[in-house]
Amino acid sequence: MQLGFITSRLRVEEKLLMAALDRMNVPYVRFDDADFDLGLGADELSPRTQELRACDLVWNRSLSFGRAVYTTEILEALGIPSVNSSGIVATCGDKARTSMALERAGVPQPESVVAFTPEGALAAIERMGYPAVIKPVVGSWGRMVARVDDRGAAEALLETRAALGGWQSNVFYVQRYIDKPGRDLRVFVSGDRAIAAIARNSAHWVTNTARGATVEGLPISAELERLALAAARAVSAGARFCQLAIDIVESADGPLVLEVNHSCEFRNSSAPTGVDIPGVLASDVALLLARVSGHTPQRPAAVAATSAMVGGGV
Amino acid sequence: MTTQTALCPECGGSLTPPSDALVGELIACDDCSAELEITALDPIALELAPEVQEDWGE
Repeated sequence: MQLGFITSRLRVEEKLLMAALDRMNVPYVRFDDADFDLGLGADELSPRTQELRACDLVWNRSLSFGRAVYTTEILEALGIPSVNSSGIVATCGDKARTSMALERAGVPQPESVVAFTPEGALAAIERMGYPAVIKPVVGSWGRMVARVDDRGAAEALLETRAALGGWQSNVFYVQRYIDKPGRDLRVFVSGDRAIAAIARNSAHWVTNTARGATVEGLPISAELERLALAAARAVSAGARFCQLAIDIVESADGPLVLEVNHSCEFRNSSAPTGVDIPGVLASDVALLLARVSGHTPQRPAAVAATSAMVGGGV
Repeated sequence: MTTQTALCPECGGSLTPPSDALVGELIACDDCSAELEITALDPIALELAPEVQEDWGE
C-alpha cells in the first residue's frame, strides 16, 4: 500500500499535509512534478514513471494547473487514481469550465459570459451593466482579475488582454459584479462532507487571502453545506472522491458559487475554525488509499472527530 | 537535517534554512529579501525561486 504525493513548489499546505501523513504513519513517496517524464505507449518506462506506477493512489498537490491536469490524466490512463481526479482538476482550473459544470447542475452562480473577441466581451459587459469583472479563465490568487467601472476602462482592458498573446488571452470570461458585504465565504469539502468554513474579510473587492484578506471561522449552516456539496458534486462529474474549497459570495438574491479550487490553500483557516484541516484531508486520503489498495479502512484516531463547527447557523 | 549555512545566490549573504526544511520549499534572504528555493539538502543548495507562472494557484 503506497501513496504518491505530488508537489511542485512546496507551499505551507504541502508541508502540513506531509506532517499529517507522517503522524498517521501513512506510507507515501513524494514526487516533484518538475522531474516527470511520464511515458505512454512506451516499451520502457522511465524510473520515475515506474515509481509512480507502484503507487495505489496519487495525491496531486501541484500548484501548477497545467502540470496537474496532464499528470492526473496520464496516471489515470495508466490505471492509477488521483486526488483530485483529472476531470475535477480540468474543470476547477478553468473558470469557464467551472461555470459550465455549475450551470449543468443548476448551482447558483453570478451571471457569467464567455466571449472570444474584445468586441464580444464589451457587448456582454454593456448588456450586464457596470461595474463588471473580467477574469482570465486560468489563474488564481486574484491575479489579472479586473473590475471595470465604465466603457472606457472596459475597452482599454480588453484591448490590452487581447494583445498579451496566447490563445487564452482571447477567451474573455466576464462576470457580473456582486456587491458583497465586505467578505466572501469559503467551505472546505472532503469527500461528501463540508469540514470547515471561513469568511474572508477585506475592504477591497478582491477578498483572496493572497491579497491580504483576513479570515474568521464560520459555523457551517445547512444552507452553506447544501450549496457547497452541490457545487462539489457539480464539478466532480461522477468522481468518487474530491477535496475542494468552494468560494461563495453573498448576493442580494442569495449565496452564489464564485469558484471551486482543486488544490486548496488552508494555512490561515485551521486556527479560526478550530478544525485540523490538514489532518482531516490526510485522514480521508489515507482511508481512500486503504480502500483502493484492498486494505480494511480505519480512520486514524487523531482526527476521528473533526467537524467541530458543523451544525450552527451562519 | 543538521543545521547548515548557505550563501544567497543573489547577494552572497549568509543564511540558515530551518532545521525542518524540505526540497522545494521557499525561504527569503534576510539581507536582500530575495525569494529562494531550496533545491538540495545535503549539502544545502539554494536557487532564486522561479517567477510565479500564470497557471499557478489553488
